[in-house]
Amino acid sequence: MATTDAGLASDAHEQPGHGHSDHGHGDHDHPSYLAHHFDTPEQQFDSGKLGMWLFLVTEVLFFSGMFCAYAIFRAWRPEVFEGCSQFLNTKLGAINTGVLLFSSFTMAWGVRCAQKEQHKLLTVMLATTLSCATVFLGVKAIEYSHKWHLGLLPAGLFSYDPSNPHPVGGPNYLAYICAPFVAITIGVAIWLVVSFLRGAKFQLECAKPLLVVCLCFFVGVGLGTILESGGEEGHHEDDHAVVASTDGTAAEHGKEHAHADGDQHVDHEEPAAAAVASLPAAGAMSNDSADLAVLERLASDATNTGLQDELAARKAQSERSGGGILYDVSDDASATVASAPENVLRPSRAGVFFSIYYCMTGIHAIHILAGIGVLVWLLVRSIRMDFNRNYFGPVDYVGLYWHIVDMIWIYLFPLMYLIR
Amino acid sequence: MSAGSVPSGYEVNDPGYPTPQENYLTNSKGILSWAFTLDHKRIGMMYLIGVTSAFLLGGLLALGIRLHLFAPDGILFNNALFQWLAPDKAPNDIYNQVFTLHGAIMVFLFIIPSVPAALGNFLVPVMLGAKDVAFPRLNLSSFYLWVGGALFFVMALLASGLDTGWTFYTPYSTTTDSSVILATTGAFVLGFSSIFTGLNFIVTINTMRPPGMTWFRMPLFLWATYSTSIIQVLATPVLGITLLLLIAERTLHIGIFDPEYNGDPVTFQHFFWFYSHPAVYIMILPAFGIISELISVHSHKRIFGYRFIAYSSIAIALLSFIVWGHHMFTSGMSPITTIIFSALTFTVSVPSAIKVFNWVATMFKGSISLTTPMVYAIAFIFLFTIGGLTGLHLGTLATDMHLHDTYFVVAHFHYVMVGGTVVAFLGGVFHWWPKMVGKMYSEAGGLLSAALVFIGFNLTFLPQFILGSRGMPRRYATYDPEFAPLHQMSTYGALILGVGLFVALFVLLMSLVNGKKAPANPWGGATLEWNCTSPPPFYNFERPPVVGDPYEFGDIRWDTELDRYVKVEPQRERVPSETPAETPAHASE
Repeated sequence: MATTDAGLASDAHEQPGHGHSDHGHGDHDHPSYLAHHFDTPEQQFDSGKLGMWLFLVTEVLFFSGMFCAYAIFRAWRPEVFEGCSQFLNTKLGAINTGVLLFSSFTMAWGVRCAQKEQHKLLTVMLATTLSCATVFLGVKAIEYSHKWHLGLLPAGLFSYDPSNPHPVGGPNYLAYICAPFVAITIGVAIWLVVSFLRGAKFQLECAKPLLVVCLCFFVGVGLGTILESGGEEGHHEDDHAVVASTDGTAAEHGKEHAHADGDQHVDHEEPAAAAVASLPAAGAMSNDSADLAVLERLASDATNTGLQDELAARKAQSERSGGGILYDVSDDASATVASAPENVLRPSRAGVFFSIYYCMTGIHAIHILAGIGVLVWLLVRSIRMDFNRNYFGPVDYVGLYWHIVDMIWIYLFPLMYLIR
Repeated sequence: MSAGSVPSGYEVNDPGYPTPQENYLTNSKGILSWAFTLDHKRIGMMYLIGVTSAFLLGGLLALGIRLHLFAPDGILFNNALFQWLAPDKAPNDIYNQVFTLHGAIMVFLFIIPSVPAALGNFLVPVMLGAKDVAFPRLNLSSFYLWVGGALFFVMALLASGLDTGWTFYTPYSTTTDSSVILATTGAFVLGFSSIFTGLNFIVTINTMRPPGMTWFRMPLFLWATYSTSIIQVLATPVLGITLLLLIAERTLHIGIFDPEYNGDPVTFQHFFWFYSHPAVYIMILPAFGIISELISVHSHKRIFGYRFIAYSSIAIALLSFIVWGHHMFTSGMSPITTIIFSALTFTVSVPSAIKVFNWVATMFKGSISLTTPMVYAIAFIFLFTIGGLTGLHLGTLATDMHLHDTYFVVAHFHYVMVGGTVVAFLGGVFHWWPKMVGKMYSEAGGLLSAALVFIGFNLTFLPQFILGSRGMPRRYATYDPEFAPLHQMSTYGALILGVGLFVALFVLLMSLVNGKKAPANPWGGATLEWNCTSPPPFYNFERPPVVGDPYEFGDIRWDTELDRYVKVEPQRERVPSETPAETPAHASE
């Protein structure tokens, strides 16, 4: 008897959750949603939930590396961060924050619906959450493509030119980003039509909300375009700031301009250009006269040849940068610009901000994409009415994941967009 | 039955041998039944084969290193064969690639998954009394992630090698022509494999314990696995993001780690060691767990200081997160930081020493059987003590300035990683081999392998302490002739070590061919895995096991008639609360 049951058990084992109740050792009355190795639905739910929380811990730690990098580089170069932050469009960031917060709300409502077996409402809630996710990505597509067009790229590729802040031509990045979404939307539309013609009811039910979700991406793109171009209207008034920033002596004016107008013209690139232009020389970062004095004292010991070399190198460097090493040049932007013109707008300095910006928001966007993947899976299952008051674990877990993705954005938004 | 030894009202619990239909190895057939299995025991066996292959590859690379270093100017990579194989590569470049791949393969593909993923997968649910881990499909996917990561490493090896050292330090790793991206992608993928395994074990131990299995009735191997899993879950994501940023640094020049773009290489080192120091404890903690089991079972004596050993595992797991800076004493940190890191480093020695004292105290007045696993366990205590104590030299700021990046460091971590983890792993494999495959191996062969490994290992790495303290830097392809005798001693030792490992492999494989059938409890252990047949049935336990004290050996008796250990326990009717109703299947037997 036991032997035949073991044979059956192997079948059941390959497909947990699909139903064999006889495992040869007594766990009868297993409902179809209960995996064979759990004794009760509660145990299964608790395991899943603990697993999800642990996964979220790893997610937080995954992002913590980038938050650390952000903290380190911002502490070293606060002026670069403040200056470069002005290139980010606060309106778009704020809209995306609102969209994600709303999606968290609908997600939480969805979990409630699953618990209360409100199948229709659950589908609506999941579709709304998904739509918010695609709106978010649509807005992000505008933000990214605009910055790539201007050359606001990671350090190694940074090619922003303040004297020519609106380069003409170049690849149409927006089209590249949108292309896969267009393809997916067309695919879903075809699927919808085919399933309608063939009378496949379940597939039709799935395709309808998914088409709405796809179209929401373009709503996001449209929204982003309107707000981004709304910001561009004021450009010409500020052209003098750009000109000024190319001329070293007037850079200070540009900087003042940036500080004065930054609040009103949050979406303008030009004040930011001036701010980048007025960044201090590299020497200001870590060296000051006290440092050098200590070094000199230590190097006076004849055995300390390494320090003597270091001292010689630093002296040579300070001569090259016109003495900027000996005092804090960040107070005197014009002097810096005049004395070390090769340091101005060195791409690596502004570029590091954009490196961190792209890393953090990019990996966040990848998490949004992953979230869209699992939400679509949930949507299909909810249309299939898989969930009930005893089995709503997956909705709950995905909800947790979705909230952490939102949380990360809620930290990213002020840290990136609101630091000036 | 030797009825005389069984008191009235007690019964002998002897599961006997499994039928082929019950046996997890034979209950379903065909390659697909293995490839898509969700059975933790089969996944554990696949891991075992995988990590052994990685160990073989890494070990051959190590032999290559040692052979090359036989002579001051090198003898292997500059000979005609290698010149013909790789005409465009300088011998020293080949050497750099070989030691890098040795380190990377051993760390990422072998040691980290060795005990937790291979032995842990097999043992955790059985020791716990559960049917499987909490997420069997996640378990299988983490195995395939391991395979994927391994393939990336093989691709890196075949593409243009890797010469950064396993640490991938910037800025060299952003400028070298070797396949850094392939290797870091591999390590990234392996990180997820490790995270999923750890996550699975934490959840399994938290939610899948059967009635009666309280936290302090868990075998110490489970405590060690639990601590390891905490580190895997908390540290590995940081490595993931570090490697991702390194890939971005190489492709996009993001300027976070690369000084050419105003990045900071020391930041990379901080990020890297924030994972990789805890990773050292991912490697050694499960070994501690194995040793706790081995010492207790083969001394036939209750483990001494159970709670201390359990808590010290957790303490090591937590302390492991705040000592990473001791890898960077010479990299440029403020003096106060180095002092703090040095002081914290010393605190790790406290829980480690607690374990060693407890093991020795367990052996004291125990009835020690010098079986192969026990000999490996004793070798572990000896070697780990040397490895641990020399760690204090490196944690001390003043001596570290002298010893940093010398062979002293190499010898230290090999004493911990090989003398510790690998020896414990071998001991564990010998200990649980009868359970895993249902066959007994040749005891004489096992003892021979233990002796060869012990002698070969010490001959390889003891001279390296001397080399390092005399100033021989690590990772050099050539050296001054004055170092030659010690290097040659080391090379001879490596060959003996290699022979010992092959003997171990041979003994284990031969047991499959002509080994005696293993009884359920060959060593007289009291933990739950010895309650089920060898090999275990598909569902581990015919009926839910009665959970008792994992180190109570009083009711384990040697049955002279059956010629094996049996468990004498109260008749089941007397403890109805702990046993649910018997299954019809069982009742009909």
